[in-house]
Amino acid sequence: MNDGIVVNVCMGTGGIAAGGDMVMQEFIKEFETAGVKNATVKEKCRLHKVGCRGFCARDVLVDITVDGQVSTYQYIQPEMVKRLVQEHVLGAKPITEWLVGDDYHVFHDNQTKRVLADLGKIDPESIEEYLGVDGYKAAEKTLTTMKPEEVIQVVKDSGLRGRGGGGFPTGVKWSFCAANKADQRYIICNADEGDPGAFMDRSVVEGNPHAVIEGMIIGAYAIGASVGYVYIRAEYPLAVDRLRLALKHAEERGFLGKKLFGTDFSLKIKVKLGAGAFVCGEETALIASIEGERGMPRAKPPFPANKGLWGKPTIINNVETFANIPQIMNKGAAWYASIGSEKSKGTKVIALTGKIKNTGLIEIPMGMPLKDIIFKVGGGIEGNKLFKAVQTGGPSGGCIPQQFIDLPVDYEGLASVGSMMGSGGMVVLDETDCMVNISKFFLQFTQSESCGKCVPCRIGTKRLLEILTRITEGEGKEGDIELLQQLAEDVRDSSLCGLGMSAPNPVISTIKYFRHEYEAHIKHKKCPAKVCNKLLTFFIREDMCVGCGMCAKACSVNAISGEKKQPHKINNSMCIQCGSCFDACKFSAVLKE
Amino acid sequence: MINLTIDDKQIEVAEGATVLEAARKLNIDIPTLCHDPRLKPYGACRLCIVEIGGMAKPVTSCTTPATNGMVVKTNTAKLYRLRKTTVELLLSDHPNDCMTCIGTGDCKLQELAYAYGIRENRFQGAMRDHNRVDVNPFITREQNKCVMCGLCVRVCEEVQGVGAIGYAERGFEAKVIPPFGHDLKCEFCGQCVSVCPTGALSGRLWSGKPRMAGVKFTDTTCTYCGCGCNITLRSTGDQVIRIDSKPDSHNRGWLCVKGRFGFEFINSADRLTTPLIRRQKGGEFEQATWDEAYDYVAKRLSEIKDKHGADALGGLCSARCTNEENYLFQKMFRARIGTNNVDHCARY
Repeated sequence: MNDGIVVNVCMGTGGIAAGGDMVMQEFIKEFETAGVKNATVKEKCRLHKVGCRGFCARDVLVDITVDGQVSTYQYIQPEMVKRLVQEHVLGAKPITEWLVGDDYHVFHDNQTKRVLADLGKIDPESIEEYLGVDGYKAAEKTLTTMKPEEVIQVVKDSGLRGRGGGGFPTGVKWSFCAANKADQRYIICNADEGDPGAFMDRSVVEGNPHAVIEGMIIGAYAIGASVGYVYIRAEYPLAVDRLRLALKHAEERGFLGKKLFGTDFSLKIKVKLGAGAFVCGEETALIASIEGERGMPRAKPPFPANKGLWGKPTIINNVETFANIPQIMNKGAAWYASIGSEKSKGTKVIALTGKIKNTGLIEIPMGMPLKDIIFKVGGGIEGNKLFKAVQTGGPSGGCIPQQFIDLPVDYEGLASVGSMMGSGGMVVLDETDCMVNISKFFLQFTQSESCGKCVPCRIGTKRLLEILTRITEGEGKEGDIELLQQLAEDVRDSSLCGLGMSAPNPVISTIKYFRHEYEAHIKHKKCPAKVCNKLLTFFIREDMCVGCGMCAKACSVNAISGEKKQPHKINNSMCIQCGSCFDACKFSAVLKE
Repeated sequence: MINLTIDDKQIEVAEGATVLEAARKLNIDIPTLCHDPRLKPYGACRLCIVEIGGMAKPVTSCTTPATNGMVVKTNTAKLYRLRKTTVELLLSDHPNDCMTCIGTGDCKLQELAYAYGIRENRFQGAMRDHNRVDVNPFITREQNKCVMCGLCVRVCEEVQGVGAIGYAERGFEAKVIPPFGHDLKCEFCGQCVSVCPTGALSGRLWSGKPRMAGVKFTDTTCTYCGCGCNITLRSTGDQVIRIDSKPDSHNRGWLCVKGRFGFEFINSADRLTTPLIRRQKGGEFEQATWDEAYDYVAKRLSEIKDKHGADALGGLCSARCTNEENYLFQKMFRARIGTNNVDHCARY
């Protein structure tokens, strides 16, 4: 690998959206015109498409390795490729002004990459490359030298817990399933990643699909399943394509199918596309969906491990959980458990977004303090604003305020402050975010994604949203906070599935930590963060206004008047507080109070 | 057998029984809206929640299997609060027009609202609006009264095996509809109507008729076929206004479209009330008494048999008769008249 020239182009969904496909084409073209024949021939110069390395904000990312010396470029566009090829590939002189800066390295150096280790390095569409990083070694070793109960024991000892959100110990779950007497068992990979802003599962499937398949093979062997399903969202077309390709390659190599690795064990993996319902990430709803029913959860017990797909014992694990398995089998339980906190072992992939400098996909050891994630990996708050809170665990997680900045990020830590790990979403909020509005935003999502089966979730979340809406619109009433609290607790305690049980979390946690913001909205009709337009008064600073008229043009109710090149005025009795003038003004002359 | 403790009382139930079944065996009243012992448990209304020792959160008793040593509480302050909130939420999206609702007096939601004393509603807000006009002659749907208990969907699927209705939309807008939201186009057995706990589904024939006041209930047997389903007639004066069936009957409360909705003939002016005899070919029907009719039939049968032999006669019996009546009919033909020419309409 050290010889010759290797060019890696980031071709995850983020990379392609930023123009990765065109960059790739440009490289092929430039190589040809420059006379670097057979651009993909190994010996001379290799051009690679690789999966997401987590820093999509900097896409298109391109690595150029010359004689083992790696240079990483960011924000590469097709028209820049010619110079890259001329100067760096052919001239061996890196173009320093396009290289990534220190922040790129800080972002990566503070992470511990296990699941994401090969993302951005290997070509996800090539099984050879996966084999080149010891791919399918773990499956071979497991199937040929270990008994199923030994496999389960190793997974138990590793301390791996379900990465989909529940955090249930994976080995224990497997042992429940294996203990059932059954003529048929199923293994399902849950790739129905639905949390807004979460894309770890998509990236793993796009960037290293074989790791997931290998994890499923090992899991299937441990529990005795001969049929597996990957339930994946249809909204992830690239992931679906790469998964299907990987399954085909694995079948061709005999890693899937009959008599794997010369044993009597057989496994067939099918792909089932999800039709867009968030609730289908809930395991019983997912099973119903595979069975062809409407995706609605059912009450547990019985748990799927005892009675799942088609009534047979079934194990459902998340993409990230499966992707951890091959490494655990290769390197041992002790290696896996060597990092992490007391009850949460290993690493967690987190989708870091919000008001933060470095947004993207990160992998950190369990137990890393919040402040290290936000201020080291994330590089701190954008625009030197003040950190206010971090929302973890997707739409049904909680908001964690500044005072818990030293909190270790693991299952117990997050739960202790009223939030949760969930699938690993992390939205950083700064002083310009209104917590009532944030809470409303997440409720909007969960409310519209409720399946409608149980009363507290179907009607309760709607009522929570209505109360939040009226508070943000200045219609909040005395007693609304208490009403929100009561209803939120009741919805949490009496809903059928995880969606309803956790949907009120944003409300409960924001009231707990930011009650004063609710009170300001209700009692003083003010939004301290100046977000809720209905509670704001808009006016124009005469000394800043140049009289360009953009605000008046943007105003849909003709509330703004003024002569050209003269300061404009807002007639507040006509203003509907839509905020269009604020957005339209290029001179920061429109203010809101 | 399984032994468990519910509200400090011991009970023994068979393997596979649910906590709700065990509690009912102890005559403990746990409210339910989506439960029907004749259908599979569903766990949607969240009213039958109970607290079980060792479980972090309340669970629905209708779906939870009883296990040995389980300690169950069915009536704590917390459960009361959660149930009350659930009922209040349901009422916040309900027309609450009980004065004019067909379901009044026979409505589980109304009973719950009364039991929990809900006069004011803390959660008033938007309500679903189903602008639906159904033209089918049997079933009226008022879907803004639907509590989404799913009983209608399940009975259609599990008992009738038809699956004419299912769920559509998500969240607050979720609803039960036939495919593509069209009018019902099913066999109109009305099982869905029979299990609906509110006034959301009702029989078109009952509309505007007395609900409970002054209504007489008469248990009898359906005359449509040999099954002999147990039915209960609801009547006022000499008018039958509605037919239903009790869940503890041999037909488990299930009826077909004829048994449930085909009762208008009872008070019809066109209904035959006496036998009619046509004495001559091409002649008019004449009213007669039963004695006259029997005598005439016996006389003609004897004449034909004497003149042409027994095989000149044949008997065709009806599915509306009971097994016993059909047995007697064939016996009359074979033993008394002396022919094997006897058959039954159900064979055609």
